[in-house]
Amino acid sequence: MPSSTVYTVYMKYEFVFSQTDMRPMYQQIMEQITQRIAVGDWLPGSALPSIRELAIDTNVSVITVKRAYLELEREGVIATQQGKGSWVSESLDLDALQREELIQHLQQAGKLAKSLAVTEAELLQIIKKFL
Amino acid sequence: MSVPDSLSMPLAIECEDITKHYPHFILRDVKLSFEQGSVMGLVGPNGAGKSTILRIVMGLIKPDSGSIKVLGYSMPNEQIAAKRNIGFVAEDMRLYESETIEFHINFIKSIFNSWDDQYAKKLLHRFDLKKEQKIKGMSHGQRIKAILLLALARRPNLLVFDEPTTGLDPVVRKEVLNEMMNSLEDETHSILFSSHNTLDVEQISDYITFIYDGRIIESRNKEDFMDGWRRLRLTNMNNVSLPNLSNIKEIQQSGRLCTVTLNNYENSIPEHFTNAGLQINNIERLSLEEIFLGNVAHAKGAEKEAIV
Repeated sequence: MPSSTVYTVYMKYEFVFSQTDMRPMYQQIMEQITQRIAVGDWLPGSALPSIRELAIDTNVSVITVKRAYLELEREGVIATQQGKGSWVSESLDLDALQREELIQHLQQAGKLAKSLAVTEAELLQIIKKFL
Repeated sequence: MSVPDSLSMPLAIECEDITKHYPHFILRDVKLSFEQGSVMGLVGPNGAGKSTILRIVMGLIKPDSGSIKVLGYSMPNEQIAAKRNIGFVAEDMRLYESETIEFHINFIKSIFNSWDDQYAKKLLHRFDLKKEQKIKGMSHGQRIKAILLLALARRPNLLVFDEPTTGLDPVVRKEVLNEMMNSLEDETHSILFSSHNTLDVEQISDYITFIYDGRIIESRNKEDFMDGWRRLRLTNMNNVSLPNLSNIKEIQQSGRLCTVTLNNYENSIPEHFTNAGLQINNIERLSLEEIFLGNVAHAKGAEKEAIV
């Protein structure tokens, strides 16, 4: 039963992944979704694309998108119900989410500083410049 | 964390203990299965047995022993019924040189009533092909795209592709991967493919099967497969001996710096190293390419030891 409707271009989610990002793909998907929610593009309660839809759209395997959704669900960012799909959690604390994002950035900065042998004092000085 | 497999779906392919003897090559005890709606990628070096497995799955080669079910059909006995629903693309496929793409489209269309004209049109456009084009004079990439089009527009439930992206430039490769993913429109469509391009396999596969020297080394869902491997970068200041773990697949030591590659990684593993007096500098994940090379090196090492 060929269904030609599937091939009409559905909404593109424009996820852009980086080949030089060393994190596993499921984490990159989680980040892309979280960012869309953090900036308010995806509002609490709004529906997420189905796992298969997002997989086809982004050329990433179904199992990887499924894992990203499961982890986001565990973190309370999204909610999923069998047969109904997934949506952005209604009770989501946007401030906490943005704070979490900030912490992740700082974590990256800390790691990078360490690998570059930048001292704690130096790093704090640099951060102060941006405050 | 492991991702639960959707066990409720029927299996796309189910191979049990397939064995096939050739004068210079033996395929041994191949067990391979995955459910409908997913993508299985086969990786392994040249001559490992990937194409042989795909040909056995297609009913083109009869194994010495073992059983094969494809979409519920027993192969090779029920291959005529099964092939209505399978699109097979292999590297050595030939088109009629002096005929056009349109000729081939009409030919395939006359055999398979599942042919989707609209989709064929879209694919011509997406693949930058003209139906008036003669096969003679087409580039390698265009030929592959034409062959893929002929398989895809039939909208089969199962696509079996042997090295679909080999020899393609990055733009065409991306288009091909795109259409492979597009063909997975619902839970009844599946793909089994082999590739040397580990990036492609890593990107679109739900399951990965690693083949070496006619045997399956590992076959599991991609997330668990990738999660299982880690590289630890250690500093060994006091030159202590490394803990004796069966998970260790490779050790490289130069001076006080030491790199250890492990499979079946668990969070408790770093402790074994710190308890032994080693300092952990970094824990890294591996790309499929690195896992692939590590696996081959490990297998070759084991072979050499057996010879000595």
